[in-house]
Amino acid sequence: MASIHSRATARLMLSPAVILLLVWMAAPLVMTLWYSLHDYQLLMPRGNPFLGLENYAYFLSDPGFLQSIGNTFMLVMGVLLITVVCGVGLALLLDQPMYGRGVVRVLVVAPFFVMPTVSALVWKNMFMNPVNGLFAWMAQMFGADAIDWLAQVPLLSLTLIVAWGWLPFATLILLTALQSLDTEQKEAAEMDGANAWARFLHITLPHLSRAITVVILIQTIFLLSLFAEIFVTTNGGPGTQSSNLAYLVYSHALLRFDVGSASAGGVIAVVAANILALLLMRLVGKSLEV
Amino acid sequence: MTARATDRQRKLAFTFVAWAVATLIFFPILWTVLTSFKTEADAVAIPPKFLFFDWTTDNYAEVWERTDYLRHFRNSVIISLGSSLIGLCIAIPAAWALAFSPTRRTRGVLMWMLSTKMLPAVGVLVPIYLLFKRAGLLDTRTGLVIVLMLSNLPIMVWMLFTYFKEIPRDILEAARMDGATPGRELLHILTPMALPGIASTLLLNVILAWNESFWTLNLTAASTGPLTAFIASFSAPEGLFYAKLSAASTLAIAPIVILGWLSQKQLVRGLTFGAVK
Repeated sequence: MASIHSRATARLMLSPAVILLLVWMAAPLVMTLWYSLHDYQLLMPRGNPFLGLENYAYFLSDPGFLQSIGNTFMLVMGVLLITVVCGVGLALLLDQPMYGRGVVRVLVVAPFFVMPTVSALVWKNMFMNPVNGLFAWMAQMFGADAIDWLAQVPLLSLTLIVAWGWLPFATLILLTALQSLDTEQKEAAEMDGANAWARFLHITLPHLSRAITVVILIQTIFLLSLFAEIFVTTNGGPGTQSSNLAYLVYSHALLRFDVGSASAGGVIAVVAANILALLLMRLVGKSLEV
Repeated sequence: MTARATDRQRKLAFTFVAWAVATLIFFPILWTVLTSFKTEADAVAIPPKFLFFDWTTDNYAEVWERTDYLRHFRNSVIISLGSSLIGLCIAIPAAWALAFSPTRRTRGVLMWMLSTKMLPAVGVLVPIYLLFKRAGLLDTRTGLVIVLMLSNLPIMVWMLFTYFKEIPRDILEAARMDGATPGRELLHILTPMALPGIASTLLLNVILAWNESFWTLNLTAASTGPLTAFIASFSAPEGLFYAKLSAASTLAIAPIVILGWLSQKQLVRGLTFGAVK
């Protein structure tokens, strides 16, 4: 009796969250799907005739489309590579005995809390500007020509900016995981004459594997929808050289006011993300204890 | 003796390397703060002036007076705090139910919630934009509170769930034996024990909402934009503006960087959905 009662209460307590998330997810998705099959231009209200898959054909044949897929992939992979590799290194460093570890930690973590629009504008103007930027000055000191980072290598520049913001996150998580490593095991291996590299490879790295998969999962979620950094630095350019899928959809929707093709792009983005999510969940799902 | 000496040498060496690396990583923030105290001419000087320049607070005065900094700051506070508090009201009962009345579907529900976080925001940008336009929610703080609350709800439920799960079941059973109703359970027993978890969930979500830059850029214009949108307006500059950009940036990030430093531990746990503690 009591259990039936409490089960009903539990369902009642859970339902607002579930219903809200369902509505937040399902309703707009259905609308996106509907728009994607119709002709819908915000600036030319002329009814919304059914188009079939024409919007998809239009979006897929956008010269920027393939590039945006490639850019999305490169940005995610580039940032993941930098943050995971440097994050493991940094975590190992911060785990060593040192003076003032608390302060060092605080300094390393700080970039994560800087809002994307600030970090992007600071990097764009004060570091990567070809005339007044610090990088230009450094290049000059070494007698090299200054590069216009965001114009000449926009994707690399964006990768660096974004990686700077996510490196603290990876470091913090890997450090937390590292601190739970059994020191006895390490000492035993040391006694057995295993050198530092072998200890890292056979003890530390396997211990970190779960934390690394988690870092990859979480960062991928956020990196797939990277937007603000592109918006305030390159506007996806030059041309579409630094547009990712999110930015391309935005430009169809709010720059060209073509709701139909933007929706088709949105659907494509959702399908792509779902395929990736399925793969990642299979990979990481085991790491989450429920 | 010698072993101890090399130990200290090692420690000194690590200290040196770690401080150097940390300073390098922190440098962009340090540089922004320094630049915010320069004149515009000093801000673009080549070679750059690191510490020896005429320190001035004019940029702060100018940002404060000439722009609507205060209004955007207020918007940021309202939006991040509002969305987090409303989110908590919905997430606490849900997490409680998932943690204390688990069923066969609990794992499925949790995984489904996580998967909603994977839905790319652009997939729903168009309908949300149009719905908001029709409902008059475009460019309003209410609209952003709703959107940010919903987009962070899965993280809140997950975070709270991992905290609630650690509350010993015995206490609960004892309360049930005494005839406590679920409502009383939640209010008198669980909530006080879960308060630290609830506080860190709130903190983390305020940080996430403060820095959120997809919806805030796409759904607001001038008047109701939070600080993310305010800073973005500096992307089309005129004339010398590095020092002023730096002052505005420092003002925008200072409160949340400080909050962030206080929440490092909870951050790991919250953002990894309890997988790393």
